[in-house]
Amino acid sequence: MAAPMLRGCCLGRHWALACIDGGSRHGRGAATGFTSSGKRGQSFVAQQPHITAQKSRKGEHKWEAVVGLEIHAQIASNSKLFSGSQVHFAAPPNSLVSFFDASLPGTLPVLNRRCVEAAVMTGLALNCHINKKSLFDRKHYFYADLPAGYQITQQRLPIAVNGSLAYSVCVGKRWRQVITKTVRIKQIQLEQDSGKSLHDELRSQTLIDLNRAGVGLLEVVLEPDLSCGEEATTAVRELQLILQALGTSQANMAEGQLRVDANISVHHPGEPLGVRTEVKNLNSARFLARAIDYEIQRQINELENGCEILNETRSFDYKLGCTVPMRDKEGKQDYRFMPEPNLPPLLLYDTASLPAGADPQQVINIDQIREQLPELPSETREKLIQQYGMLPEHSFALLNEVGLLEFFQNVIKETRAEPKKVTSWVLNIFLGFLKQQNLAVNESPVTPSALAELLNLLDRKVISSSAAKQVFEELWRGKGKTPSQIVSERKLELMQDAEALERVCHAVMEGHPQVVMDMKRGNPRAINKLIGLVRKATHSRADPTVIKEILEKQLSS
Amino acid sequence: MWARAVWLGRRSWMGWRRGFTSKGDPQVKTGAGRAGGEAAQETERVPPMTPSPASSAQGSGRVTAEVIEHLERLALVDFGSQEAVARLEKAIAFADRLRAVDTDGVEPMESVLEDRCLYLRSDNVVEGNCVEELLQNAHRVVEEYFVAPPGNISLSKQDEQKPFSHTD
Repeated sequence: MAAPMLRGCCLGRHWALACIDGGSRHGRGAATGFTSSGKRGQSFVAQQPHITAQKSRKGEHKWEAVVGLEIHAQIASNSKLFSGSQVHFAAPPNSLVSFFDASLPGTLPVLNRRCVEAAVMTGLALNCHINKKSLFDRKHYFYADLPAGYQITQQRLPIAVNGSLAYSVCVGKRWRQVITKTVRIKQIQLEQDSGKSLHDELRSQTLIDLNRAGVGLLEVVLEPDLSCGEEATTAVRELQLILQALGTSQANMAEGQLRVDANISVHHPGEPLGVRTEVKNLNSARFLARAIDYEIQRQINELENGCEILNETRSFDYKLGCTVPMRDKEGKQDYRFMPEPNLPPLLLYDTASLPAGADPQQVINIDQIREQLPELPSETREKLIQQYGMLPEHSFALLNEVGLLEFFQNVIKETRAEPKKVTSWVLNIFLGFLKQQNLAVNESPVTPSALAELLNLLDRKVISSSAAKQVFEELWRGKGKTPSQIVSERKLELMQDAEALERVCHAVMEGHPQVVMDMKRGNPRAINKLIGLVRKATHSRADPTVIKEILEKQLSS
Repeated sequence: MWARAVWLGRRSWMGWRRGFTSKGDPQVKTGAGRAGGEAAQETERVPPMTPSPASSAQGSGRVTAEVIEHLERLALVDFGSQEAVARLEKAIAFADRLRAVDTDGVEPMESVLEDRCLYLRSDNVVEGNCVEELLQNAHRVVEEYFVAPPGNISLSKQDEQKPFSHTD
């Protein structure tokens, strides 16, 4: 196995619980050309062979991959980080641009309180130390979509440092074993986003839209504690869920609200770290995993063929499925960091240090934000496991799909069915139908109350579980009928009349004396045949367990 | 990588040509503030200077050709002439006088505003929606977009890589 070289991470078949953009089905209609969520699983599995292909030839040298991520999350705010222009996706070009965003002379940055609070809240949720004093710096580079020629960021003293992010992967047979891993967070810094460039190669020009220029970003820098694409994807997915739970970022990768750069190197265990490359602009969870695994394998191949790894920036070509070197913009980058002269240090307070008589609009109290922290995904999952006796992997699955948890909770509220039954129906049947048609939870034709009513019918044994599936299919077609109406119209009720059922059983036994003989001779499978015959005779309206009881009673009498 | 090698090759060739042309034609106009387009590079002429790799121009007041070239690329400004370089050297010498001040044991300031409160704005939309005014400032416009030359600094065509969306 070549997999062991990746610290066992890609060993065998295991599935990331926080699986690969399962939820957002953000592919639809997006320019990045994703496939439907149904295909996603396949391609994810399909990438495995190229990792394992390495093994047989070079078994003696084990390689270890080291992956660190820089994640840019767009802050969910009404206005930009330093200006009062609106933050909105897909607005007409240059309509959301102030004079400051276009860097007209004489304009000055004015810090958005909301962005600072979002950074503090994210830092707290990721177990960071919040710096009570942080500083803004200018990072210079020339690019047409960065009109000032520099980006305001926090290089020397960022707002939050030394945190951690826990994420879980499922391993083992049937992915029943959940392993929680932790990646350290180096820092979180506030910074400006750049504008967007549209390259028109035909006319050899670049069109610039500054709507995104100056939008607040949280740059989350992870320590290189990851070792493969799947770990990276799972960690990013968990971060995405946390940001969404906090409301600090919508973190929708398809809209570029979450963008990832990966630093990757390989080395032999026990030896110094290898030369690293940086793969930029990974804008989908699936490509993130593929790009990282490709790059790890590429580096191993290069080194085993006696080549050197260049410290370079690469990008992932999602059509070719490989990473390609990006031309460095100016050869060696020289960002010429300097303190931002127009912004004094950003000071934060806690309840103890809050100055008396301070204007509440002008001070940010870390303790107050800590109190406002909502329930985090890990806590929600723990609650589900405690409250409903749910399997951990099911708790992950429920949180992984936007709106699915809420749907589940609404069903639970209205039904008397066992939570396990509800979980199974929501995750297998309901989610299966959604995936098949590539729908989001809020686009479902079946409402939580309809499913709750259906599960009640099942629970009261009014219908069999196979009839329940028929009813569900009918509900999915969305003719506006209730489950009870469908059951009575299509005569799907289980036979409640015990005497009638006994008569049917008796008739079946009389009609098949050979099978009855088999059974009396001790063939245990013969009874199943009889049960099947009775069900057929009743048009599947009889409960198999009841049939079995009657048959056994009649045989023994 | 290959692309970079080509670029370096071209750069050294330019350097050689610069040296050559300036010998023959020392009277070169200064194009101050010229953007680094292809045309600008063609006419760019800097007199050859002693290319000492140790650019310890500190105090000495001399700026090497390498440093000039690096600054030109960073700033996208064409120094263009010996006169401009001399002006730069004078500016450095002027600023170097700061070194005469003894700052031992003095904590550096973050900024002259470091004792001031950083004003916090409420998250309200109060600006924007002024695309017409903004575009009046633009050299070229397509629909409601600003138009920029392709790529960053004008390099040779073969150097142009596929477009990539830029974020940092």
